[in-house]
Amino acid sequence: METVGIFGIVFGILLRFWPVWICLGLITALSIVFQSRLGLFGRLFNTGVGTTGVLLCAFWLFTAIFATWIAPFDPRVQIVVMKNAVPGAIEPETGIVFLLGGDHLARDVFSRIIYGAQIVLTIAPAATMIALLVGIALGLPSGYFGGKTDNVLSFLANLVLAFPVILLFYLLVTPGIMDTPIPYTMAGVLFLIPIIFFLVLFYTRFKERSEKLIPYVAITLVVGFWIYFGLVFDLDPLGIISIEPNELNIFVAVVFASSPGVFRIVRGLVMDIQTRDYVAAAQTRGETPWYIMLWEILPNARGPLIVDACLRIGYTTILLGTLGFFGLGMGPESPDWGTLIKDGSQVAQLRLYYWQGVSAAVALMSLVLGLNLLADSLREESLRD
Amino acid sequence: MIQFILRRLGVMALTMLCLSLVVFMFVNLEPNLRKLAIFQTEMRATDADLENWLQRNGYRDNFFLRYGRWIGVVPKQPVVNPETGEAMPRFRFCDEPTVPTYSGVLQGDFGCSTAFRTTVGDRLPAALKATGLLMFWVMLVMVPVSLLVGVLAGMREGTRLDRTLSVGSIATTATPEYVSGILFTAIFASWLGWLNGSAATALTRGISFWNFTLPVMTMAIYGIGYIARMTRASMAEVMTAQYIRTARLKGLNFRSVVIKHALRNALIAPFTVIMLQFPWLLTGVVVVESIFNYKGFGWLLVQAASNNDIDLVLACGLISVIVVLATQLISDIGYAFLNPRIRVS
Repeated sequence: METVGIFGIVFGILLRFWPVWICLGLITALSIVFQSRLGLFGRLFNTGVGTTGVLLCAFWLFTAIFATWIAPFDPRVQIVVMKNAVPGAIEPETGIVFLLGGDHLARDVFSRIIYGAQIVLTIAPAATMIALLVGIALGLPSGYFGGKTDNVLSFLANLVLAFPVILLFYLLVTPGIMDTPIPYTMAGVLFLIPIIFFLVLFYTRFKERSEKLIPYVAITLVVGFWIYFGLVFDLDPLGIISIEPNELNIFVAVVFASSPGVFRIVRGLVMDIQTRDYVAAAQTRGETPWYIMLWEILPNARGPLIVDACLRIGYTTILLGTLGFFGLGMGPESPDWGTLIKDGSQVAQLRLYYWQGVSAAVALMSLVLGLNLLADSLREESLRD
Repeated sequence: MIQFILRRLGVMALTMLCLSLVVFMFVNLEPNLRKLAIFQTEMRATDADLENWLQRNGYRDNFFLRYGRWIGVVPKQPVVNPETGEAMPRFRFCDEPTVPTYSGVLQGDFGCSTAFRTTVGDRLPAALKATGLLMFWVMLVMVPVSLLVGVLAGMREGTRLDRTLSVGSIATTATPEYVSGILFTAIFASWLGWLNGSAATALTRGISFWNFTLPVMTMAIYGIGYIARMTRASMAEVMTAQYIRTARLKGLNFRSVVIKHALRNALIAPFTVIMLQFPWLLTGVVVVESIFNYKGFGWLLVQAASNNDIDLVLACGLISVIVVLATQLISDIGYAFLNPRIRVS
C-alpha cells in the first residue's frame, strides 16, 4: 500500500486542523491586544505555563467544535482494505490519506480521535459542572451550620470517597443496571439539586423585589426543567436535548463519584471564610443563613473553586478514559478515547500496530496536561491578588 | 488519644457496614441474579427453571436475612434437594454446611467464587500477596523519587530548577496508568525490545528486572507528580519560616539548613498525602494488572466484577474498603505524632 511518508503525515495533520489554527490565532491575538482589560484571563498569558495551558485547552475545544470539518472520515465507517494500515497509508478509492493509520476494524484512527474529542469535551465539562453545583449545594450548609447536618453529610461523603472508584463504576455502569430504576432515580435526585440551588440563589437575593424575582425564577424553572426532562426522562418536547441511556448512566456515575470531593473542598472553604468580619456584619444585619452562604461566602470562595473545576475536568476526562478502558458504559463502536486506548492495548495490537493506542493516549494526555497547566497558573495568579 | 482511636474505629465499622450493604444490594440486583442463574443452569432453561433455581438456592429469601448470613450473624441454611431430601451444595465446586451453621465473613468464610469454581478463601490470599509485592516495589520507587523532586523544587522557589521540576510533576499527574502503560510498552517493549510487555512470568518464574520494571514504572509515575507537588508546597512554606531565617543568619550554610532544619518539618504533610494515595493506587493496581496481565488483587476484582461473581465482588469490595479506611486512620494518628502542634481530642 502506498504511503505519504513522515513529512506527508505531519503536514497533512497540520493542514487538517486549519479551522483550529485560525481560531487559536484569533484568540491569541485578541487576548494579547486586550490583555490589560481581561483581568485574570489576560494575566494567564504572562507566563509560558499559562499560555501553554490555555492554548492546549482551546485547541481541543475548537477541535471538538469543528470535528465534522477536520475529520476526513466517519468514525464508524469501515474500509476493509485499510485494516491495520500504517500511518500515512493512502485509501485507494478516494485517495484520502489515513493520517494515523487504520485500526483492527479498518476505521480511520485520526477521525476517531477527532470525534472522540467531541464526546470527551461534552461529557467531562457538563458532568463537572453538575458535580460542582451538587458539591456546593451540600457543602455550604455542612460547613456553615456544622453540628448534626455536618456529621450526616460528611459521613455520606466519606462513604462515597472510601469506595474504590473502579468498583463503584463496575457496580453502577453495567449493562444490566439500565433495566432497574437506579440510574434514573440517581439522575432524578442529582440533577434536581442544581435547580433547587438556583431557585434558592435568586430567592434569597430578590425576595423583596418581586419584579426581579419573578423573571429569574421563571427562567430557572423553564430552562432547568427543560434540561431536566430531556436528560432524565428523555422527554424534551423540542427534541434538542437528548442523551443515550448508556451515556446518562456514565454521566450519573461520574457526577456521583466526583461531587463528594467538591463537597469536602467547599466545606473547608466555608469553615475558613465564616470567621471573616463581613460574615459577622451580615449576621448582625439580620440576613438569613442561606443569603449569607450564597451571597457573602460563595463569591469569596470562587478562586479555589475555579482552580478546582479546572483540575476536576481533567480528572473527569481520566475517569471517562478509565470507563472506556474497561469497556464500561460506552458502546464498543464508540470513538471515545478510553475505548480507543482499550482497543489499541490488546497484546497483538500493541506489538505490531502500536500507533492505534499511542495516538489516542497522547490525545488524552495533552488535554489533561492543558487543563492541569491552566489550573496551576490560575492558582498562581489568584494567589498574587 | 485512646478515645479518639476508638471513636474512629466505630465510624470505620459503621462505614464498612454501610458500604458492604450497598455492594450487597448492587450485586443482588435482579438482572445480575438472572445472569447468575442462566450461567449456573443449562443453556435452554426456561424462566420457570431460573426462578426455581434462585428459589431453591435461597436467593429469594429476605434481603437482610441473606446479608446477615453473609456477615455470619444469621445461620446459613443448607440447600435441600427436593427429590432426595438430602442437603446438597449450591455449587458443585464448594463445600457448604449440611446443617444450619453460622458461617460468614465474621467466621472467616468468604463464600464461593462462581467464576473461578473454587472458594473465595482459596484465591484471595495469593492475589493479595502478588499485589502486595507489586505495591512494595512501587512504594520503593515512588516515595524517594517524589520526595527528592519535591524537596529540590521547593528548596529554592521560583528558580529554573523549580519550574522545570514543577512542570514535570504536572505532566505526570496528567498521565493516568492506562496512558503511561501504553506509551511505555510501545517504547520499551515493542520498539526497543528491552523489557517484557507482560508481567505474567513474575508470578511463575519470580520477578526480574525485565518483567517487573514496566508495571512498577507505570504505577509510580502517576503518583510521583502529586506527592512531589505536595512536598514542594510544604517545603516552600517551611523555607519561609522564621527559624530557617534564624538558622541562615546564624551563618549555617544552605545545605545544612535544608537537611537539619527544613526537611524534618517539610516531610510531615507529604506523609499524610502518601497514606491518602492508597485509594488512588487501588484503581492504579486494577489498571496496571489488567494491562500487564499480572494476576493480583486488581485482576481478580476485574474478573469478579465482569463475571458477576457475587461472593468474590463482596470480598474484594470489603478488602479495598478496609485498606482505604485503615490508611486514613494511620495517616491521622501518624500526623498527630509527627506534628506536635496537633492535639488529638
